[in-house]
Amino acid sequence: MSEDRLIVFENVSKFYGEVLGVNKVQLALPPGVTSLVGPNGSGKTTLMNLMTGLVRPSRGRISVLGIDPADSERLFRKVGYCTQFDTFPSGATGRSLLRGWLRLHGFAARDVGPLAEEALERVGMTEAAGRKIAGYSKGMRQRVRLALALSHRPELLVLDEPLNGLDPMARAESLALFEGLGKQGLHVVISSHILHEVDKISDHVVLLSYGYVVAEGQIHGVRKEVTEHPMQILVRCDRPHLLASRLFVAEHVVEVKLHPDGGGLLVRTRDASAFHRLLNSVVLEDRIELEAVAPADDDVNAVYQYLIGSESESL
Amino acid sequence: MSSAALVHESGAPLLRRQILAVMRLELAKGLSIGRSLWLLALAFAPLVIIGGHALKDRGCDVENEKLILAGIVQLFHVRFAIFFGCLGLSVRLLRGEVAEKTLHYAFLAPLRRERLIVGKFLAGALLASVIFGAGVLACFALMFGHSAGGLEFLLHGSGLAHLGSYLLVSTLACIGYSAAFLALSLLFRNPVVPGMIVLLWELLNSFLPVWMKHFSVTFHLKPLFPVTLPLDGVFSGLFTVVAEPTPAWLAVTGLLAFAGLVVVFACWRIRDMEISYSSD
Repeated sequence: MSEDRLIVFENVSKFYGEVLGVNKVQLALPPGVTSLVGPNGSGKTTLMNLMTGLVRPSRGRISVLGIDPADSERLFRKVGYCTQFDTFPSGATGRSLLRGWLRLHGFAARDVGPLAEEALERVGMTEAAGRKIAGYSKGMRQRVRLALALSHRPELLVLDEPLNGLDPMARAESLALFEGLGKQGLHVVISSHILHEVDKISDHVVLLSYGYVVAEGQIHGVRKEVTEHPMQILVRCDRPHLLASRLFVAEHVVEVKLHPDGGGLLVRTRDASAFHRLLNSVVLEDRIELEAVAPADDDVNAVYQYLIGSESESL
Repeated sequence: MSSAALVHESGAPLLRRQILAVMRLELAKGLSIGRSLWLLALAFAPLVIIGGHALKDRGCDVENEKLILAGIVQLFHVRFAIFFGCLGLSVRLLRGEVAEKTLHYAFLAPLRRERLIVGKFLAGALLASVIFGAGVLACFALMFGHSAGGLEFLLHGSGLAHLGSYLLVSTLACIGYSAAFLALSLLFRNPVVPGMIVLLWELLNSFLPVWMKHFSVTFHLKPLFPVTLPLDGVFSGLFTVVAEPTPAWLAVTGLLAFAGLVVVFACWRIRDMEISYSSD
């Protein structure tokens, strides 16, 4: 894929004085939804600030859709960044902030109003837009920031903890919006602590720890690379005892646990492909009725726990 | 969702539109009552003294009133009010936004940082010029409007030329100090301390060697004042170093060139500025 479709980090390091931000980051993020995952201080925000030119790399090269982040004029025609900074110009209303922001973009007066209203509608803030931001709830402020990032119809959305402060309904709507944007071919880069939600919409994940990228790729692919931890697979069926005894003889199966409700079992295997072949043959031979077969630990959280250990408990 | 449908200007129209957008935002903030009250108080404070003079000394001759006004404009407006007004305004333009953690909004727009600086400088200089120009105008009107002699000087004498000179001086002072303090706020986290050093430099200007005098806003403004202020005591000549006055045309172009150079320097400095509010 050509560089003008990718977000490229080439051996990028960022130090704040003697403090490490990120170190030797090597990434090429394709279009779609990418999640940056890691505990506080792992370098998620630094990566986002680097790709938007708010901070400059101490070493290495960054290219965002073929643009140097230092070229803010070209970059922010294509990029919208929803930062974590929960501060707004004093006295501003949601609508006045958006209009002023779009004027800074250089849009003609006739375009400013419709673009602002379109963005406000997307985030469900049309009614409250005339009120001063100082009186908004945290969730409303978050949505105004999201409207700013979306208002100029960018090709890349960078969202730093975009779900913070949103109620469950707004969170679900935002996730659906991000997923929809990803499916339309946009780049959406998200950092979030709500891993199980982000996991569902992510095409790509980047796992960070102490400023280093510890794994990246499609979440299922990343899970397969973690060979020292056997994969866990949940099987729901009508005769779990029989299935357990048949599966346990295979060499790659290291553990089988019967589910307390008597309707399934949890299998740990070193070779998922061999397990699925074995399961097929056993089910056919013994006429076992399968309800569901699903990986139980290839979500971001489980992978992160395997890779980083106890730190992920804080996620 | 695509940007294809949106029309982006380029070149000079975009430059003009973006600088005007920055100015509009800054002027809206600067003109809010809470933020501009102290500037208005600074600009119009001498009205209290002039008002007292108008009530008490009705028979005062015009020559004396010219000297009083020259003292107010030269010593209060230019050396104190405009100096501190521009210091406060310029510090708020950049460092204020860093302190409020709102500077990133401008940095996240497709706006060259140089345009941001130019827009902020123009807004600051314009706001200061209007407020302090209005202050000088009000002082002038009150000083010469309360007596027949004053009105005669204003309407049939050289009054309007004097007024024009004072307005020119206050505008140039606003431009010079706005540029200087904007640049200082990019060099220092707390530009008030270097601002005080600049104030000291300006105060000591009379005692500096001739070549050093030229690095001063007030030195270049001096020949533009319509009335020369006689100084008493040690300031009358004991320690002062007399320098050839700068011709008026050179003073004006020199000050504008100085402001331009300082703004260019500020544009260069802001290119590498990073947003890390925590370290500020």
